[in-house]
Amino acid sequence: MAILEVKGVNKRFGGLQALGDVNLSVDEGAIHAIIGPNGAGKSTLLNCFIGRLIPDSGSVIFDGQNLLGLKPHQINQAGVSRVFQTPEIFVDLTVLENVMIPALAHRDGSFKLNPFRRMRHETEVRDIAVEVLADIGLDTKLDMTASSMSRGDKRRLEMAMGLVQEPKLLLLDEPTAGMSRADTNNTIDVLKHIGDSRGITMVIIEHDMHVVFSLADKISVLAQGTVIVEDAPENIKGNPKVQEAYLGSAHE
Amino acid sequence: MNSTTLSDRALLLFFIFLVLAGPAILAPFGGSYPDLLQKFAIFGVFAIGFNILFGLTGYLSFGHAAFLGAGSYAAVWMFKLLSYNVLPALILSVIVAGLFSVVIGYISLRRSGIYFSILTLAFAQMMFNVAYSVATPITNGETGLQIYNDDPQWLQGADSPLTTNLFGLKMNEVFWRPEFLGFEAQFNVGYYFCAFFLILAFYISMRISRSPFGMMLRAVKTNQTRLSFTGVSTRPYMLAAFVISGMYAGLAGGLWACMDPLAGAERMQWTASGEVVLMTILGGAGTLLGPVLGAGFIKYFEAIFSKINDQVLHSWFAFMPDGLENVMVAIVHPFVGKGWHLTLGLLFMLIVIFLPGGLIGGITSLGRWITGRGRKDQG
Repeated sequence: MAILEVKGVNKRFGGLQALGDVNLSVDEGAIHAIIGPNGAGKSTLLNCFIGRLIPDSGSVIFDGQNLLGLKPHQINQAGVSRVFQTPEIFVDLTVLENVMIPALAHRDGSFKLNPFRRMRHETEVRDIAVEVLADIGLDTKLDMTASSMSRGDKRRLEMAMGLVQEPKLLLLDEPTAGMSRADTNNTIDVLKHIGDSRGITMVIIEHDMHVVFSLADKISVLAQGTVIVEDAPENIKGNPKVQEAYLGSAHE
Repeated sequence: MNSTTLSDRALLLFFIFLVLAGPAILAPFGGSYPDLLQKFAIFGVFAIGFNILFGLTGYLSFGHAAFLGAGSYAAVWMFKLLSYNVLPALILSVIVAGLFSVVIGYISLRRSGIYFSILTLAFAQMMFNVAYSVATPITNGETGLQIYNDDPQWLQGADSPLTTNLFGLKMNEVFWRPEFLGFEAQFNVGYYFCAFFLILAFYISMRISRSPFGMMLRAVKTNQTRLSFTGVSTRPYMLAAFVISGMYAGLAGGLWACMDPLAGAERMQWTASGEVVLMTILGGAGTLLGPVLGAGFIKYFEAIFSKINDQVLHSWFAFMPDGLENVMVAIVHPFVGKGWHLTLGLLFMLIVIFLPGGLIGGITSLGRWITGRGRKDQG
């Protein structure tokens, strides 16, 4: 069963056709990788999913609902969370607060007005946030200001902010870029564990083929704004179209 | 989390002590007279409210004086129509300011950054000009709104006082004039009435900034876009913060009219809006105590410096030879009296450059420096 169905999505920036008629189908519970050379339109596509960009045409159906035309917070409330490539965290707040915000948004909806509620009464949300931070190895830094963390920790925090919402669909934009081999393997384990235990569907953009082939159930190859191949990992490696997209055609 | 609650309680008690002992504390500094003390409390409320918007969310409103002015007008109208009792006046001033801020906030919050500031400024200037022109029947134009003998005052009792009062308790009454260190301190009913609201305002702002709602506001300041990708609809949060701070301004305007029952359009002018920005930044934006401190600082120096005239200056420099005395008076003259804004500008520049966290930031780092040294001495 497809939980995310992308049909005929087009996006043009001036004279550049960034996305041309993209079709994509993500199965529920699967880890779906999108790969492709630089500038193929991978990040643009994710931005179209979360409402940061509005496609010129096409449809993005998530769980029976068209996401196009929804505001970013409505898309998130529908169950789609995104982990950004460059950490977009709340740098002036503490690590715990950074994770409590998405957790509160998940529990209370997009707006809740109670200026007198005491923070220390939010034990439930706090416990959930601490649990996720423990999973990801940041539970010793709860009261640290986010801006003073290392780059790697910021990326982990970014991941925790996505995971704490227990989304139906998690979008990951190069979650291991710039990480050491050990950290990369650790991240693969965390993602695998989450995919198996909570059944979260994931769409993952990744350059590191080791990560892609360790995780993905299905791979879409994007080149020059269109999906050229969508297939199981074992069939991708030998596909001549994919080799052409990455290495260029021998005839040219 | 327990330690923050504990230190909050200590901060609140400290604040209550400062406010209640205000007339005694300020006596040696020549600041213990009702008019100045009331101004401290009124502008303290105004700045605390402004800080809920600016300090927490980072949205800089340049039109908050409009709500203060609207609150003053509403209060005076209650005196004209009902009676000299201050309670109905305060209630209406908060409601009216709240209504204005819903409308102005709803429109202005469609933009952020400098465009938001300009929109709020435009609205405030519009209200200022309307108060002077077409709205004259409501505002009494340039003369200012005041109470006349032929006003209806439907609820005014035959034997109730002909001045603003709380069920007979006159606001302008000074009930105790003791001496502290040779200086007279004046304990005044109006000040303690304002002080009650100042403490309430402080407590509410403390609760707001410690609540999940306050955390969302601080998240807006840090990264508003990210907050919306996190599933939070930021605009209702912003509007709520805007309206709360507008109601604080209305309360301040109402209190001002309770102390002195007249209202003029100049209270809405952009210079008045700018003043609360200065107070908040000077004291330390985003801190709890800072805005009150900034308000007190500015109002105190305004009172002190604007009272100094050439005669006072001559008496200061009388010990010098005649020629030099005149030179010194000529140098200092532009900084005092009506020119005291020059001094304010210089002080503001010094504080922004050398104490980026405002007065509170300066005090905190001073405290850290002292305790840091203390530890070194022990070790």
